[in-house]
Amino acid sequence: MTELSASSPVEPAPIALFPRQHRPLGTPARLAIEHVTLRYGGPDGTLAVDDVSIDVEQNEFCVIVGPSGCGKSSLLYLAAGLTELTSGDIRVDGHLVSEPGPDRGMVFQGYTLFPWLTVRQNVEYGPKRKGIGKAERRAIAERFLAEVGLGQFADVFPSQLSGGMKQRVALARALANDPSVLFMDEPFGALDSQTRGTMQKLLLRVWEHTQKTVLFVTHDIDEAILLGDRVVVMTARPGRIKAEIKVDFARPRAMDLVLEPEFIALKRHILGLLHDEIDEEH
Amino acid sequence: MSSRRAPWTRMTTPFRDISRRAVISAGIIVWVMVVAAWWIISHTNVVPAMFLPSPEKVGAAGVRLLSDGSLIVHTLASLEVVMLGFAISSIVAIPVGLWMGSYRAVQAVLEPLVNFVRYLPVTAFVPLLILWIGIGIQQRVSVIILGTFFQQVVMIADSARAVPRDLVNAAYTLGTKRSKVVWHVIFPAALPEILDTLRVTLGWAWSYLVVAELVAASSGLGYITIKAMRGFQVDVIFMAIATIGVLGLLSDLFFRFLRARVAPWAHR
Repeated sequence: MTELSASSPVEPAPIALFPRQHRPLGTPARLAIEHVTLRYGGPDGTLAVDDVSIDVEQNEFCVIVGPSGCGKSSLLYLAAGLTELTSGDIRVDGHLVSEPGPDRGMVFQGYTLFPWLTVRQNVEYGPKRKGIGKAERRAIAERFLAEVGLGQFADVFPSQLSGGMKQRVALARALANDPSVLFMDEPFGALDSQTRGTMQKLLLRVWEHTQKTVLFVTHDIDEAILLGDRVVVMTARPGRIKAEIKVDFARPRAMDLVLEPEFIALKRHILGLLHDEIDEEH
Repeated sequence: MSSRRAPWTRMTTPFRDISRRAVISAGIIVWVMVVAAWWIISHTNVVPAMFLPSPEKVGAAGVRLLSDGSLIVHTLASLEVVMLGFAISSIVAIPVGLWMGSYRAVQAVLEPLVNFVRYLPVTAFVPLLILWIGIGIQQRVSVIILGTFFQQVVMIADSARAVPRDLVNAAYTLGTKRSKVVWHVIFPAALPEILDTLRVTLGWAWSYLVVAELVAASSGLGYITIKAMRGFQVDVIFMAIATIGVLGLLSDLFFRFLRARVAPWAHR
């Protein structure tokens, strides 16, 4: 893994300071998940997600944690329009959405780069679908590949990249499409712990630059607290919201935040919430 | 990698690579052994020369047919039939297979039919096709289409179905329209397997060609063999079979080359 080049053409955006401004009364949240329910296999089937409502504000980094199989990934697929809801609504900026669309980007847990396209063509894919011209597309790709530190790998095929690099390209590809909301479904789950740390650092930096609205799913509590402005804890199946916790650490955040007593206290609190769930299940 | 293990250990370890030199020499040795065995058997008269010609006689027959031009004429006649039948079949089978693998509705409609026809022996259709369309080139082309098309459709549908769902999902979240997913995602994702399917089915097309030419043709490599059989020219039969073998080998190499060019990302 190469460290990020200092020659990134992106001007660092002003760092968002917490607490975030509250949105004016009456304006819709960037992403509103309203009473969403998912039931597999007909009216008597398994209930996977049960009446979940989450508002994600503009520029917010919201993280969902929960025991495995709690439906947190399903919730992302529902919000992205990739799975059909049993009931409930998904709104982006107040507009009801029922199908997947480029306004809701996603970085998946598995590797989903298009193997037949080079790294650059992968990043250009979304802009190309939007009908953006060749020169501009190329500039966008350059910008976001530089953002994730992979400018020099633009012309190779994904099969030649390591797992961490593939996920960096996947992040660049999602960002290049300039989505209103970015979903991230355990994007670093398949990586070794060192690469995972590098990726978290990179994501923190990229997010502080781009100020995207992010809904991030993980089962790693460290990751959740380190990255998020808010952590939503879900119950075991069927997935419901158990608690919402504000994470007030100042940004930019550094990796050694995990050693701070406040961090550890917060982690203990969330672990306690999760353990209740896991114990109940067994 | 490490050469510390003895060659014997390497050869007997599953999936373990052996040296390039060993690969080439193994290929040559097998050929030399087969031809040598053939030479010995044909020269010791274990099998009468009427049934088994010597390698030299077959070579001489090849030279003879080459110099009077008939080998070229018949090879081209066969090639024309195979290429026509195979091209028509593939051009239709690729989209049909992709649709069948992508859309459950198309699968529901086509699968029962395709799976029935697929198991019907093509040879059984030859008399019927002669009745319907005579003994012209159309009949032979039809035999090849009938033999390859349904197999191709099923195999291509399988490769379309094997495309990872999240690849399609990723395409949706990047703004791909539902109607464009087959073209923009499923087709390129399945392309390496489609090319493999074409390579394998082209081999089958050659077998159906010979079947068609044995029954009703006035040119082609199958026709030569049936004519040679009537005149007890076993050397010519051997020649024709060897020619088909060489053509098969060449078409296989062509498809490997094509795959490397058209789908360089799926390099093996």
